[in-house]
Amino acid sequence: MNLKALNKSLWAFHFNSGSCNGCDIEIIAALTPRYDVERFGIKLVGTPRHADILLLTGPVAMDMKEKLERVYAQMPSPKAVMLIGNCGNSGDVFYESYSLVGPADRIIPVDVYVPGCPPRPEAIIHGVVKVWQKLEKEAKK
Amino acid sequence: MNELIIYQLASVPAIAALGIILGLLFKGIDRVLAARMQARIGPPIRQPFRDLRKLMIKENIVPKNAVRFVFNGMPLLAVAASITILLYVPIAGFLPLMQGYGDLILLLYLLLIPSLALVLGGFASASPYASIGAQREMVSMISYELPLAVAVASIAWLFSRAMPGIASFSLAAIAANPVWELVGPVGFIGLLALFLILLAVMPGEIGVIPFDTAEAETEIASGMLVEYSGRNLALFYLADAVKTVGFASILIAIFLPYGISGTLSLQGANAVAADALFFLLKLFIVVFIGRVLIRVAVPRLRITQVVKAYWGYATIAALCGLSLIALDAILLAGGC
Repeated sequence: MNLKALNKSLWAFHFNSGSCNGCDIEIIAALTPRYDVERFGIKLVGTPRHADILLLTGPVAMDMKEKLERVYAQMPSPKAVMLIGNCGNSGDVFYESYSLVGPADRIIPVDVYVPGCPPRPEAIIHGVVKVWQKLEKEAKK
Repeated sequence: MNELIIYQLASVPAIAALGIILGLLFKGIDRVLAARMQARIGPPIRQPFRDLRKLMIKENIVPKNAVRFVFNGMPLLAVAASITILLYVPIAGFLPLMQGYGDLILLLYLLLIPSLALVLGGFASASPYASIGAQREMVSMISYELPLAVAVASIAWLFSRAMPGIASFSLAAIAANPVWELVGPVGFIGLLALFLILLAVMPGEIGVIPFDTAEAETEIASGMLVEYSGRNLALFYLADAVKTVGFASILIAIFLPYGISGTLSLQGANAVAADALFFLLKLFIVVFIGRVLIRVAVPRLRITQVVKAYWGYATIAALCGLSLIALDAILLAGGC
């Protein structure tokens, strides 16, 4: 399968699993004129069925576990997951909270981790580059 | 006769390829221009080709509860109907391929089919979002059809009166005799109103902001397209691109049928090339006003506002245009 075609047009679906909205704002900031990720063919889509890459924010609250699994299953392959923010990576300030089931990589396979609270848009774009590198490596195999 | 049919059959793939390439190209131009207007750099112009290639290699999911043959069939129908539109309109100075087999009335129905395919595909995908989207799409179809039909009927009436000999609904005949030359000053204003009405119907017809209530990504998760992925989504993407070119070509054939080769006094191949380039320029202007400018300048309307805009303002404006053209005919007949 030619995954290179995927690299030039990643459509992203944004999933908030209980985030404080900080990371979500930074994702939107990456779309604004200053950073403009549409230069690389990246755009936000409204449904997981259209998506190539899942932008996951938040520490995955108990209620969101099942929804996250369903959204991940609804995405057509080949697909990648990008975990944005400290919450999903480690739990951050919600570490060992009674209402969490995260970190997120216990629930769905994560390809790229972007730490930060919240990460800057540069960091998110850097994460996208990591996704490209990973997909290219898979394409070579 | 047989040779003609073979020639026509051979031309269909060429026109289909032309429509697809032009459609995707204009989609790219649309995205770049929209980005520039928002002070962004925007994707490269060839981005829609990349999107299409990517969608073709993605997995094609059919939901478990969906009606499989409708769900898979409708994208094909949408593309086929969009390409068929191009066979009935004059493109780049050439006469329509199926000239004599269909007229403006047929085109009105062909324009409906891609939207109808979306509606049926949406209902067949068994998703509540898609159902809401499909119902909204039906409502907006009913809304924009009325001013469109009034405008087209006005043009046909003008032709039946001014040139009694010819088939008044034939697009080739309308393109051969520019409408602006058939009317006086009062009728000119009426025609201008109809031209603006058709430009206003264009975003509804091709489903872009402010009239994309049925496909709103942010509120109903892309509406009818919510369950579509991979190849099926690519086909709808293509149908949308080709339909934009089709509708813009109809607009050009009715209101801007002028060529440039006569003015520049060119002959032979030069004249054909000049007319083709001039057609691309006209297409660019129509797509720019009817798609890019409106979608960047205005936010999305609610479905009630869509109905009000089309059934209310647009239809009243179209009826005014019709009255002005009729008044013009009376004035001309009275010898004023």
